[in-house]
Amino acid sequence: MRLVDKTTRVSRRRFLGTSTATVFGTVAVGSGTMLLDPKGAWAVTLKHLKPATMATLIQMARDTYPHDRLTDATYAKAVAVYDDNAADPAVKKMLEDGTASLDKHAQAAYNVNYVDVGWEEQRAGILKQVQNTEFFQTIRGGLVTGLYNQHDIWAKFGYEGASADKGGYLHRGFNDIDWLPGKTAEASEGSKS
Amino acid sequence: MSAPFDLKDDHVVVIIGSGAGGGTLGNELAQKGIDVVILEAGSRYEIPDFINDEWAAFQQLAWKDKRTTSGTWRIATDFPNLPSWIVKAVGGTSVHWAGASLRIQDHEFKTQQTYGNIAGATLLDWPISRAELDPYYDKAEFKMGVTGTNGIPRLPGNNNFQVLAAGAKNMGYQTYHTGNMAINSQPRDGRGSCQQIGFCFEGCKSGAKWSTLYTEIPAGEATGHLEVRPDSQVIRIETDASGKVNAVVYADKTGAMHKQLARIVAVAGNSLESPRILLNSESAKYPDGLANSSGQVGRNYMRHTTGSVYAMFENPVHMYRGTTMAGVIRDEARNDPKRGFVGGYEFETISLGLPFMAAFMNPGAWGRDFTSALDNYDHLAGLWIVGEDMPRADNRVTLNKNVTDQFGMPVVNVHFDDHDNDNAMRNDAYTKAIALYESVGSVRAFPTPPYPSTHNLGTNRMSDNPRDGVVNKYGQTHDIKNLFVSDGSQFTTGAAENPTLTIVALAIRQADYIESQMKTNTI
Repeated sequence: MRLVDKTTRVSRRRFLGTSTATVFGTVAVGSGTMLLDPKGAWAVTLKHLKPATMATLIQMARDTYPHDRLTDATYAKAVAVYDDNAADPAVKKMLEDGTASLDKHAQAAYNVNYVDVGWEEQRAGILKQVQNTEFFQTIRGGLVTGLYNQHDIWAKFGYEGASADKGGYLHRGFNDIDWLPGKTAEASEGSKS
Repeated sequence: MSAPFDLKDDHVVVIIGSGAGGGTLGNELAQKGIDVVILEAGSRYEIPDFINDEWAAFQQLAWKDKRTTSGTWRIATDFPNLPSWIVKAVGGTSVHWAGASLRIQDHEFKTQQTYGNIAGATLLDWPISRAELDPYYDKAEFKMGVTGTNGIPRLPGNNNFQVLAAGAKNMGYQTYHTGNMAINSQPRDGRGSCQQIGFCFEGCKSGAKWSTLYTEIPAGEATGHLEVRPDSQVIRIETDASGKVNAVVYADKTGAMHKQLARIVAVAGNSLESPRILLNSESAKYPDGLANSSGQVGRNYMRHTTGSVYAMFENPVHMYRGTTMAGVIRDEARNDPKRGFVGGYEFETISLGLPFMAAFMNPGAWGRDFTSALDNYDHLAGLWIVGEDMPRADNRVTLNKNVTDQFGMPVVNVHFDDHDNDNAMRNDAYTKAIALYESVGSVRAFPTPPYPSTHNLGTNRMSDNPRDGVVNKYGQTHDIKNLFVSDGSQFTTGAAENPTLTIVALAIRQADYIESQMKTNTI
């Protein structure tokens, strides 16, 4: 079978999954702030949200749809839009109140903020407590496209995307399955009913 | 070459909608020398405009205007404003469909006789039989170039089909193959053969799949008797003092209103928009809307009993490669009440790309249970269940007068409750599909809930007795002789088969009837 290369080819985008707020850096940029990944693989410019709010959203995005082969840069890209959306004071309040509630739950259970809770299972437990809120549903719903519609991650899932420009799959493995018993399955010619 | 007709030209047949029903009817009439104006709510895109990208294509082609939902179906929770997944563009949903072209079975035309009285269901026999429709099925299959008919070879099976076929063999099924597909397996009718692109739902980039967009419509336009007016959303149909329809009012994309006079009007906007237009055409003479003296317009909305099963294997499948609907198992389509339900279902392969899998595999789900399935996306095989659902009077399309669209027209509310028979059938299908995949070595299965409806049926039912339905056996409304319905909303019951072939067969038959009635000046 023709397989899809799932390896990460841009080495500078490698990033440790255990990111915590304390290792994020910030830098003032014009009227806003830039949230930096400590290894320099990505940055999010913030005009409306506090750096801690965005850092919490990025961790929350990973905990909502955890994929160990995706870097934090992918999750940061998926939620970066909320800084723009926070130009609306109502959205800003929802995001800041929402992330504050995650910290409140985390402090109550583990005496640390959400991003510093050690285990994914523990953070997911906190998310379960807020999963029916508008805040959680907004972030989760947005991630369905914000995350999975990033074309550059598709190969990591073995999905190849557009094919018409490559002549389709007629000569590129549409029927190359080789592990079925007997390989060529028998198809009966059923009567037209 | 299209033939622009004047708004005041009152001899034209006006067809509302350009999909499988409207587009076919328009061409059939044009071939007979009858002048036709098709009003299409959506824009006109051609094959080069199609996009091999699920969300981008959805943005381009889907009917995204707001609709509302109610009832206990899961769609009302997960996709409250997207009850259906159909196209707003020239060619209608024939741009999006997968191409499966199966004839409705004989007994499915007479479900009241065959199934008996089912509590909570409004079963009714079609006023036509399979034998009566067979000559038109022949014509439809020839027109559409359906594989496995007319000496046209079946398509080769992709990986997803080969997994299905291996499981079908293990299950002891007898009738399974790569389907009867309106997709060229060899060059035909000026169109090339299938390149196994995938993305059948996003508009076929090779044109191998039949769509009215690049078959019926240009063929009709070439006669000089057909004009297609895109970006023209019909708001209401008007009537004269005698009660006959005589004009159609529509909005262009700027919102400007126009009135096209008409000798005959045929409504083919699908099972949501067609009743919406009829209901919105209320007047002093027709206070409940057009063709609605029975109160049946909008009732008995059907959507097939559907669901999908995706199954994960140790080894890769790459189900997305090649045709989306790459094969069918027909054994469960029989009526066998011993299974605990009446009617039957088809198994057909299906695949979604990663973006749509994330959206539709288990809407609302999150966390590692969900993402571990997507992590093995390339190891999934998938099938779709297409079964007969029970018609119910209260499964219904109504006008939601509290919500209007960009033209001030009330949107539809779609109310749906699954019947116990639907649930029993879906569960049976889930169980058997999981067993089928396990027999091939599947390690984990995902019984996936129905997507927003692609097979929207009923709402302007065909009936012998005018009290039971909206149209007669030719799709002519019982109340108004020069008003027709030409889409899947005519279906008396849903049957287990994908509806497009039947919609096309009915449109060809209706064109013959309209011609004969015009010749005798009956309409």
